Amino acid sequence: MKALTKHREIWLGLAILLLLVIVTARFPRFAQPQNLLTIFNDTSILMMLALGQMVVILTRSIDLSMAANLALTGMIVAMTNAAFPGVPIPLLMAMCVVIGAGLGAFNGVLVWKLSIPPIVVTLGTLTIYRGLVFVISNGAWVNAAQMSPDFINLQRMVFLGLPLLSWFAIVVALLFWLMMTRTPLGRSFYAIGVNPTAAVYTGINVGRTKFMAFTIAGAMAGLCGYLWVSRYVIASTEVASGYELTIIAACVIGGVSIAGGIGTVAGVLLGAIFLGVINNALPVINISPFWQMAISGSAILLAVVLNARGEQRKGRIILKKAEAV
Amino acid sequence: MTEPILTLTGISKSFPGVRALNDVSLELYPGEVTALIGENGAGKSTLVKTMTGIYQPDSGEIRIGGKLVTLPTAHSASAVGITAIHQETVLFDEMTVAENIYLGHAPRNRFGMIDWRKMRAEAKATLDAMAAGIDPDIKLRELGIAKKHLVAVARALSIDAAVVIMDEPTAALSQKEIEELYVLIELLKQDGKAILFISHKFDEIYRIADRFTVFRDGEQVGKGLIKNTTQSQIVQMMVGRAVDHIFPERTATIGETVLETKGLSHPTEFEDISFAVRKGEILGFYGLVGAGRSEVMQAVFGMTQPSGGSLVLNGQTIAPKSAADAVEAGIVYVPEERGKQGVISGEPIFKNVSLPSLRKTSKSGFLRMAEEYALARTYTERLDLRASSLSQDVSTLSGGNQQKVVIAKWLATLPKVIILDEPTKGIDIGSKAAVHQFMSELVAEGLSVIMVSSELPEVLGMSDRIVVMREGRIVETLENKGLQKPETLVRLAAGIAEEQAA
Amino acid sequence: MTDTTAPHRRLPNRLDSPFKATVLSWESLLVLVAIAIFILNSLASPYFLNEWSLSDMTFNFTEKALIALAMALLIISGEIDLSVAAIIALASTLMGWALQFGADTPALVAIGIGTGILCGAFNGFLVTGLKLPSIVVTIGTMSLFRGISFIILGDQSFKGYPASFSWFGQGYVYWVISFELVLFLVCAAIYFVLLQRTNFGRRVYAIGNNDVAAEFSGVRVARTKFILFCLTGLMSGMAAVLLTARLGSTRPSIAEGWELEAITMVVLGGVSILGGAGSIVGVVLAALIMGLVTFGLGLLNVPGIVMSIFIGALLIMVIALPILFRMWRQRSTVRSA
Repeated sequence: MKALTKHREIWLGLAILLLLVIVTARFPRFAQPQNLLTIFNDTSILMMLALGQMVVILTRSIDLSMAANLALTGMIVAMTNAAFPGVPIPLLMAMCVVIGAGLGAFNGVLVWKLSIPPIVVTLGTLTIYRGLVFVISNGAWVNAAQMSPDFINLQRMVFLGLPLLSWFAIVVALLFWLMMTRTPLGRSFYAIGVNPTAAVYTGINVGRTKFMAFTIAGAMAGLCGYLWVSRYVIASTEVASGYELTIIAACVIGGVSIAGGIGTVAGVLLGAIFLGVINNALPVINISPFWQMAISGSAILLAVVLNARGEQRKGRIILKKAEAV
Repeated sequence: MTEPILTLTGISKSFPGVRALNDVSLELYPGEVTALIGENGAGKSTLVKTMTGIYQPDSGEIRIGGKLVTLPTAHSASAVGITAIHQETVLFDEMTVAENIYLGHAPRNRFGMIDWRKMRAEAKATLDAMAAGIDPDIKLRELGIAKKHLVAVARALSIDAAVVIMDEPTAALSQKEIEELYVLIELLKQDGKAILFISHKFDEIYRIADRFTVFRDGEQVGKGLIKNTTQSQIVQMMVGRAVDHIFPERTATIGETVLETKGLSHPTEFEDISFAVRKGEILGFYGLVGAGRSEVMQAVFGMTQPSGGSLVLNGQTIAPKSAADAVEAGIVYVPEERGKQGVISGEPIFKNVSLPSLRKTSKSGFLRMAEEYALARTYTERLDLRASSLSQDVSTLSGGNQQKVVIAKWLATLPKVIILDEPTKGIDIGSKAAVHQFMSELVAEGLSVIMVSSELPEVLGMSDRIVVMREGRIVETLENKGLQKPETLVRLAAGIAEEQAA
Repeated sequence: MTDTTAPHRRLPNRLDSPFKATVLSWESLLVLVAIAIFILNSLASPYFLNEWSLSDMTFNFTEKALIALAMALLIISGEIDLSVAAIIALASTLMGWALQFGADTPALVAIGIGTGILCGAFNGFLVTGLKLPSIVVTIGTMSLFRGISFIILGDQSFKGYPASFSWFGQGYVYWVISFELVLFLVCAAIYFVLLQRTNFGRRVYAIGNNDVAAEFSGVRVARTKFILFCLTGLMSGMAAVLLTARLGSTRPSIAEGWELEAITMVVLGGVSILGGAGSIVGVVLAALIMGLVTFGLGLLNVPGIVMSIFIGALLIMVIALPILFRMWRQRSTVRSA
């Protein structure tokens, strides 16, 4: 069991490979490189969102408002594009990140300065943000006809065999990996989750670090707001409805502990890919999409059980012969 | 004559209802070990928390190298070079040893990113210089408490602290590990660090300390050079009265065996524990911190399940699967960690007291508050509880009074056996005496008492018989007819052979 | 040594007056808010102040409030259940399925409530038996339960419930008082007594305040929490019966988002999400407030999704204001000191 947690990512990778093998046995075309890349591309948005959520969960918090944040920024940017098609797309993307970060920062401020439990804060902002989507759009949708060609096509442009959307995911993953392993901020996310009291001793400002976590998650949600509406060429109040739980599921399957302090970038990516493979495999093996929810639910439960087994603290070791060191 | 590197003058600190520190002063000299001596509740841990920035003193000055400093946060203390090694390591179990040593001040590369290779190398170098034998890449949670202490020391060295505070560092260490720690302390001394060594073991103090300071009831009552002072002079300062603390007379008649364990075992915590406690008897359990006594008691109380052996109460074998089972059988447990396990903070006194007895105070499952108040009043008044009302939140009571609430709670269940785990730890002298008096009254009424304690005077003064445990096993069970010497117990508990005892 | 010369000091039961504690409580704040919204609604729409309107309003919240009653106890004990809406979906789906086999009303009700209890027990087993954190467990079972409903029903729906069954959701007991409202009030009374007047309730509070100390005090923590999960499932099953009866049909997407509304009701009602504190009166008042807000906005033709903004904002404000007030007061005492 100890080996399982030490090499959680390896086991998850094996599980994904196993899935691929099973499906490919019946449908050889599933494992074709083009299909695999499609799966990766389809999962890109989830990967980026799950990385943002990971940072929040590491600090012993949770963010239920990411999907609503995504929908709101997506609508804002789609409406902007529809009204001002001349605005350069990179500028729109920057706008998304800033707005999303602002929405996340609002969550962060309430958690930091007012010490309101994160679940309560994000429960509130979840409905507020999603409601605002309706308010600013008056219930109207923005669809493909109203979006400029650049808006729609940017992420579909192919470089070196991969669509730009996949490249976004890769770059974001690398940046997160650098942040989590190479910067004091990244390490402080882990420190707070493992032992908040000790973290204070080492000079970490717990409240401010949590604020940063929420802002980063918000920024990711904002970025994915643009990517989502341009990918599915729709901006509406229904965008990413219910997706917050899929994001958390990807984290849990990826080995992130809800108790905080444990989780890796690689694990989260694999957790998202796991869900992505299942998503893509179902229509191929002719299982109706109606099975998808139950399958991911079971995967989450299984992941939670495995997470817990790995986290179990050993009892006090007092008998000398039982001492490992 | 060197100047002290750290001076505290006129430090006072009060909490609601208790004056923890009263105008105390302290000087720490570089390259020297100063022992801080005092009974439980004397103010030592409050002083440490004031020095490490956890508490802010109500008045007084702190000077480092002559300069006045204020320590509003824990980080500010380490920023000026004060670091502490606590009894419970305040580090990160899920992170590697190297990271634990360097968290907060990790070496960076030229991009401003953390340089792991350098961190590993420097951690290894520090650990090797300490002859610690620890791999910097393993996670902290895989180490035992002794090695965790060493990591804390390594962290102190890496911060280049000027002042190192060690709070009862040898509590859970074996003799060999203690010797290794002494070598380390020498290293730190040679490095010019000032060490504050908190301990109540005289052999250690006389082995490594250069100076001492004595605290009693929140005040500094004495200080000086070790080489000029005898042990009994120090003890006199500690206690402030004749060495023989007065314990209540034991007048109980001891009857039949009430509770007996036979070969009780647990895979990692204890092995082959067999003891018996009789009616009207106080059975003391002595040992060093970490000897496994609380673990045994929690198994007897049903909180953990033993893997072998049996438990017999009044002739009947029982196997409590939970604390509720044990309470129903008549065994109750006053835990060591009062705040976490003993009282329910946020709830009033009377609810804390009535919780295990709800079936008695209620009618058909419906609460009867009048009965609860009456029950709580009966037992808290018996213990002379100092509170403003029965609805007062327990978290606002002093440690001693909280302990009274816990004891009252259990007495109300009319138990047969009451287990007290470090019952007077961290409580004031007055409450201590009250608890002792109370224990003798309980056994006079026919209860059986098991008392786990690390305080020699208490164990020798209260117990009819003493069980000594070490590293999860019973070393010996002794009759305590006033003939036992403290040295015998210490020797047995620490595993020192006869010849080495002073 | 006990001092026998000093007079035995008698500890009073309490120092503050119970009346003052009641007046200055969270529940009083909620009463004020409820009255304020009631007045606002009357001013905003002429259709509000009539007895049938008000009766219609109760349908807005009674079903969710039933769940909130049990959820309150669960949250007070320190746990949470995000799968309640999914339990409704599964219970409703199984009732519809049984309907296809000709089940009669008593059987339908039994299946609905029974499914709820079983789902709750499953959650309870995972949390107390396998010692898993309830938030992620119930996120998992939420997908699992609703997922099973989708497998059974797809994008179809079950219809054709008998009239005797529909009465539960649509019928009136007397004049404008609906069966749903009566059932809710009866359950609220039962839960009030259970939480605040019985041993069981006292233990729930103790567990929520400090489950370790409660265990050390002889409280059977795991058993109590298991029962609470079963109760939450039971109430979800009950809500499923009422909702299905009211709608007259079953779809797998039924009751979407209700878990968050139920939790909002509980937290708005003064129950701390950290456990250990809260009352049923507060939850009932919060349910009423949410019903007033949504119904009032509905009369003004505000779309549902915008209504949620008000609910979300209300939740945050009601939690934040006392904290802000306390901070402002601390700052002014420091300034004057």
